[in-house]
Order: sequence, then structure tokens, then C-alpha cells
Amino acid sequence: MMRLPPFSYRPARSVAEAIALLAEHGLDAMPVSAGTDLYANMKQRLFTPKVLVGLRPIRELRFIDFDEGRGLEIGALSTLTDIARNDAIRAKYPALAEAAGAVSTPQLRNMGTIGGNVCVDTRCNYYNQNLDWRKALGYCMKKDGDICRVAPSSPKCVAVNSSDTAPVLIAFGASARIDGPSGVTTVPFADFYRDDGIRAWAIRPGEIITRIHVPKPAPGTRSAYLKLRLRNSFDFPIVGVAAMVATDDRGLCRDARVVVNAVGSRPVVVDGAAKALIGTHLEASALDEAAEAAFAAAKPLDNTSATIPYRKRMVRVYARRALERIAS
Amino acid sequence: MSVAPPKVLLAMHVNGADVECAFSPSKTLLEVVREDLGLTGTKHGCEMGHCGACTVLVDGVPVLSCLELAVEAEGREVTTVEGLARGAEMHPVQAAFAECGAAQCGYCTPGFLMSAAALLDGADGRTLTQPEIAEALAGNLCRCTGYTKIIEAVALANGRMAEQSRG
Repeated sequence: MMRLPPFSYRPARSVAEAIALLAEHGLDAMPVSAGTDLYANMKQRLFTPKVLVGLRPIRELRFIDFDEGRGLEIGALSTLTDIARNDAIRAKYPALAEAAGAVSTPQLRNMGTIGGNVCVDTRCNYYNQNLDWRKALGYCMKKDGDICRVAPSSPKCVAVNSSDTAPVLIAFGASARIDGPSGVTTVPFADFYRDDGIRAWAIRPGEIITRIHVPKPAPGTRSAYLKLRLRNSFDFPIVGVAAMVATDDRGLCRDARVVVNAVGSRPVVVDGAAKALIGTHLEASALDEAAEAAFAAAKPLDNTSATIPYRKRMVRVYARRALERIAS
Repeated sequence: MSVAPPKVLLAMHVNGADVECAFSPSKTLLEVVREDLGLTGTKHGCEMGHCGACTVLVDGVPVLSCLELAVEAEGREVTTVEGLARGAEMHPVQAAFAECGAAQCGYCTPGFLMSAAALLDGADGRTLTQPEIAEALAGNLCRCTGYTKIIEAVALANGRMAEQSRG
């Protein structure tokens, strides 16, 4: 049996209490919402915090508000099921509902939160293993070791960002409200992720994401999220493609974003795809060119399920399919 | 050796009964229902959220008890497979599983029953489609049956419950 390592549990009933508890316990403490990612990692001894600050009792952070003027505001403790089933999100931001509904399993989506999903730990075949496995190999630089087992000459960890919602939030231009001991900051998701599997998020110890803001979609906005995984349930993405396109009333593409995830430590914004789409009527040749740009931008390494060439080729296929769905 | 944090004493509602229980704060809901409450119907599978064998209902919603802290169940209504039957009368989905041969080795069955019961009880007499049933069970793995008879059993129970609700 794999039990959780011992810790004290300190429930926070407000954001202020959470910040105070995290400050009190410093690096001994970690914040946790549902813990579906953290507890599995703790069982594998990837994290052994002395104190867990439970955020779930902060009731006011479980809400979804859509306003035609202000856009969408989501409390960080809204569950993935809340998001996948929300009528306004399904109507105005379908890619977000699709991404939330594609995470793991129904049970896990009933537990897991959007705040947790955007901070889901980066993953790697050499990292997500139990202690005995990692010890036998001599560990890796993300936990207890000093070299990368995937790319031994790499100065940085190449673990993969496996969040389904992150690429969609970037595509919609969403931002995170982060509360911490020195106040409140707002960080666009486009700047939140780093190309470093260890320091993968622009958030410091003691800070927590409390709300997510998604701007009002421009008229004529359509979106889609497609996910490749070995099984149509349970699995993390091995390719995730978020696509957003806004067209005017003559069908001319005014704005576009294609974001690919699970092929690197941060979601990849494919600028070449946007260039290929904007100014077109989303004809087949434009979709081909955008999909080709996504293929070129994706540089997967050998650290998830499936082979590198397959994953890279499937970026083109999934980008094309996501855009086809939007264009039709 | 670090000293284990002291136990917490919690009032819980499990299968309609108030219970008081003292356990380490790092115990999962799965460990507490099995080891401290003696409710061994809920099964210990992968322990990592990859199989669904440990599914229980918290406030009527299916969750993975292997990834749920027991301390966070305070004040919530927890239902395990032992709480599905009403006295000697099985939940319709339990009866249907038996009739359809939807269990073989049976290890995954309690988890399936909980996911299915939440779906059926939430359907309010509506007839469910096959994809709806499959989607609701997508978080439960079975290595014996091939799922066909499980989905048939849930559809059978759904039909009977719909009939009953029409009176």
C-alpha cells in the first residue's frame, strides 16, 4: 500500500487565512485544493510537505459568473465538472468546456478544480514513478537528482505541461488573479508558464491563484480543444490543441490563436498558425498552412507515452481537425 | 524519525449514520472507511486515481476516495456501497448487476455501482442513452467483463426506475 506521508492539515476559510497560514509555515507548507494531482505525487514521495493548507473550505472561490460586458470570471475552486457543464461557458467558450470535460475521469472532474488544473505538476516518465523506481535509477533533476534522464546534457528539466485547460486559457487571452503576502497581482496565462519543467509557473511560494478572468469573446469567435491520449479517459494529453478564431460577418478571419500543449514544459503559442489564418476565409489551404506551422513548432521529447515522431505528426493532425471543426 | 502529527477526532455522516472517528490527518477517506469504520466494501485499487475501484459518493457525487482526505469529509454525507441497499432491498442497479452477470471477479463492482447509482438517481426517471451511461462509467476500469454487461445492467436498472417513477 502507498500511504500519504504524514502531514498536519490546516483548513483555510478565507483567502486571507490561507495567505496567513502559508506565511506562518513557509516552505514547510503547500496549498492544496482537491489534491487529485498532489496526493498522487505525495504517495510517490515527490512532495513531503509538513503542513497542507486546505483551500477547499474557501466557499466563495467556487463560482462562475458570465457577463456580456465583463466576460467570464471563474473562482479557482470551481470544479472541472462545474466548468464542463456551465451553460455560458459551453455557449461562449466551448473550447474551455471541452478541455475541462476532457480531464481524466468523471470522478476526478467532480473533485479537481480549475485552479489546480492550471498548476498541475509537469510530468515525465522519469519523474512520475514511485520512490523505489526513482532511487534504483539514481533520481532525476526534478526530484533528488542532478541530471535530466531524458536529455542528459540538458541544463534544465524538460518535464511536460499536461494541463488541458492551460492552452485554452492562453488562446482566449485569460489571466490569473494571484493573491499573496505582498498583495494581488494579475498574470496573463500567456506569461504564466515557463520553459522549465521545475520552475514551470510564474507563482511564488506563499501565493495562490484565486480567480481566473477570461475576456469577453469578440463577435464571431469560435473555439475548439482536441486532445490526443492513448485511452479516451483517465489519461493526460500527449497532444492537446486549443484553437480560437474570430471572423467578421463576411467570414473573414480577424483574429486567431492556436496553442499546443503536452509537447514541452509550457504550452506553445503557434504564431505562424495565427499568421496563416488571419485575413483568410479559413479555406483549406489556410488550415493546412496553420497545421503545418503547429507541426513545426512542436518539439516533443521522449518523456511521455507514444513516440516522438508520432506525437509530432499528430500535432499537425489535431491542429487541422480543431481548425476544421471551427471552420465548418 | 519525525513524529507523526496527532490524530484528529471527526464527526462524519456515513451511510446515513453519524459516526465519530479518530485518525491521522494524512489518512485518505478510503483508508478511514476501510480501516477505521470497517466498511471494506469499498476497494483499494491503484491508490492513484487511475482505476475507480475506490469510488464513493460525497454529498451524492462520485469521487475517488483514494485521493480524498478524510478530514475534508467532515459535515459531508458519505455513501459507500454498504449504503446503497434499503435494508434487505437492493438498489435497482445492484439487482440488475446480479441478473445481467455484470460482475465477474467483482473487485471493481463496488466502484461501478457507486458511479452507476449516482447516474441513475440523478436521472429522475429519464431514459438514459448508451453513450450517457458509458460516459458516466468512464472512470471505472474492469479487466474481466469487457463492459458490455455492465452497461446493459445500468440500462436495465434505468428502465425499471423509470417505470417505477411513472407509477
